[in-house]
Amino acid sequence: MLEMLSYPFLARALAGGLMLSLCAALLGVSLVLKRYAMIGDGLSHVGFGAVALATALGAAPLTVALPIVVAAAFLLLRVSQNGKLKGDAAIALLSTSALAVGVVILSLTTGMNVDVNSYLFGSVLALSGTDVTLSVVLTAVVLVLFALFYHKIFAVTFDENFARATGVRAGVYNTALALLTAVTIVLGMRMMGALLISSLIIFPALTSMRICKTFKGVTLCAAVLSAVCFLLGMTGSYLYATPTGASVVLVNLAAFLLFWGLGLIPWQALRGLLRGAGP
Amino acid sequence: MRQFDDTHPTGDHTALITCRGAAFAYEGETVVSGLNFEVRAGDYLCVVGENGSGKSTLVKGLLGLKTPQSGQVLLGDGLGQNEIGYLPQQTAAQKDFPASVYEVVLSGRLGRRGFRPFYTRADRAAAEENLRRLDVLSLRRKCYRELSGGQQQRVLLARALCAAQRALLLDEPAAGLDPVVTREMYRLIEQINRETGVAVIMVSHDVRSAVGYASHILHLRHEQVFFGRTADYAASAEGRAFLGGDGHA
Repeated sequence: MLEMLSYPFLARALAGGLMLSLCAALLGVSLVLKRYAMIGDGLSHVGFGAVALATALGAAPLTVALPIVVAAAFLLLRVSQNGKLKGDAAIALLSTSALAVGVVILSLTTGMNVDVNSYLFGSVLALSGTDVTLSVVLTAVVLVLFALFYHKIFAVTFDENFARATGVRAGVYNTALALLTAVTIVLGMRMMGALLISSLIIFPALTSMRICKTFKGVTLCAAVLSAVCFLLGMTGSYLYATPTGASVVLVNLAAFLLFWGLGLIPWQALRGLLRGAGP
Repeated sequence: MRQFDDTHPTGDHTALITCRGAAFAYEGETVVSGLNFEVRAGDYLCVVGENGSGKSTLVKGLLGLKTPQSGQVLLGDGLGQNEIGYLPQQTAAQKDFPASVYEVVLSGRLGRRGFRPFYTRADRAAAEENLRRLDVLSLRRKCYRELSGGQQQRVLLARALCAAQRALLLDEPAAGLDPVVTREMYRLIEQINRETGVAVIMVSHDVRSAVGYASHILHLRHEQVFFGRTADYAASAEGRAFLGGDGHA
């Protein structure tokens, strides 16, 4: 297993992936609880379209995708909030359109070849040195944000109206959340795949919520879980030569099912039974 | 009986909240106008009116989340904008939120914290005190989503009290509660109002039960239809029509 690290691209993917998993999980807790989870999904599809455009233009994927996805994040947040066009319908509209644009651009330029496959489902080779550096910066920003503003993030997530009434500028937090989510998706997209990256955002939060009963518990559990699942998925993909993104998603699914099962067990009743059966 | 006059003299320096000819609009369209009323320490004002009569808009205005289209909303007697304890209507997302009761109540202290990233001993003490006051201290480690509707409202009320000692703004505090729990909730609010002297502004469409507890009534129908003491409201044409026309006893 350690020989995995002797390949530079794998070591890079492992380091970058772990950091991005951590960011995605932390941001995901807030997004899932605020019912914004679909934004992550929508952004990844926009990301696919943007990367296709970059390929067609011969530009670096990051320089094209980053601004487009960030702009889409602001747009989706605005749409989800003011609710004139139904939020989920608007996201579906945007994501399928972006996907279609991407596919058409790719077929017109490079042809629908193996590239499309790696864009949609990810490639472990995709993470560059620049991506890793940016991941370090992103992780630092996310961790500092959560450390300094944890209580405000809780308040805005739990009850935005109340938070606003007590003087918290909820709009700033929502914007920061959307912005950081956009960056996380763009960086992780090519490794995890445009169709799979949103799982990093959604799974850890949902899994933790099966058994954790406090916000702090859910946040910490999601962060640890996400990192562990990525590590296991990556190792599995190396050992069995399966695609990295899909492997990580499957490990996340297994963790979800495990936690779901654990959450169904009536622990208090069991404890009572054991106590009753004792001497 | 309350000891002050029927009509509050405008410009009284003890008024906590004063609306002077205030009107609120959404995208240029006036939703509610002609608001002229005062809330003083110890008052219990019930805001009534049909759905869509401008109650929620007024709530936003009083919280400073919406600026008046015309007129003024003035806070007096040193009351800061962050010092109005707010009990919002619950959202669907909240009802199954993984947070402990303690986490929720403590978050009420956020407004006073400014830029300090952590809560102090005083914040924690205030949270405990309000948990005790609302009789939910034993639930402090429980998960919010596992509570009954009435318990959730008590927890949110404790949070509102953490945010403010002098003015509470309650938006449909009995929404979704069964009649027995509703009565308990109203009694609890009245008790807090009586014992602590905190001014209560309650928005409700459940006029009949609400009127029994309030000292003042503000009736809205896109404009201010009535403002005054509860006894006068019951005797007024507006009050008789609204209270009597509900159909159920």
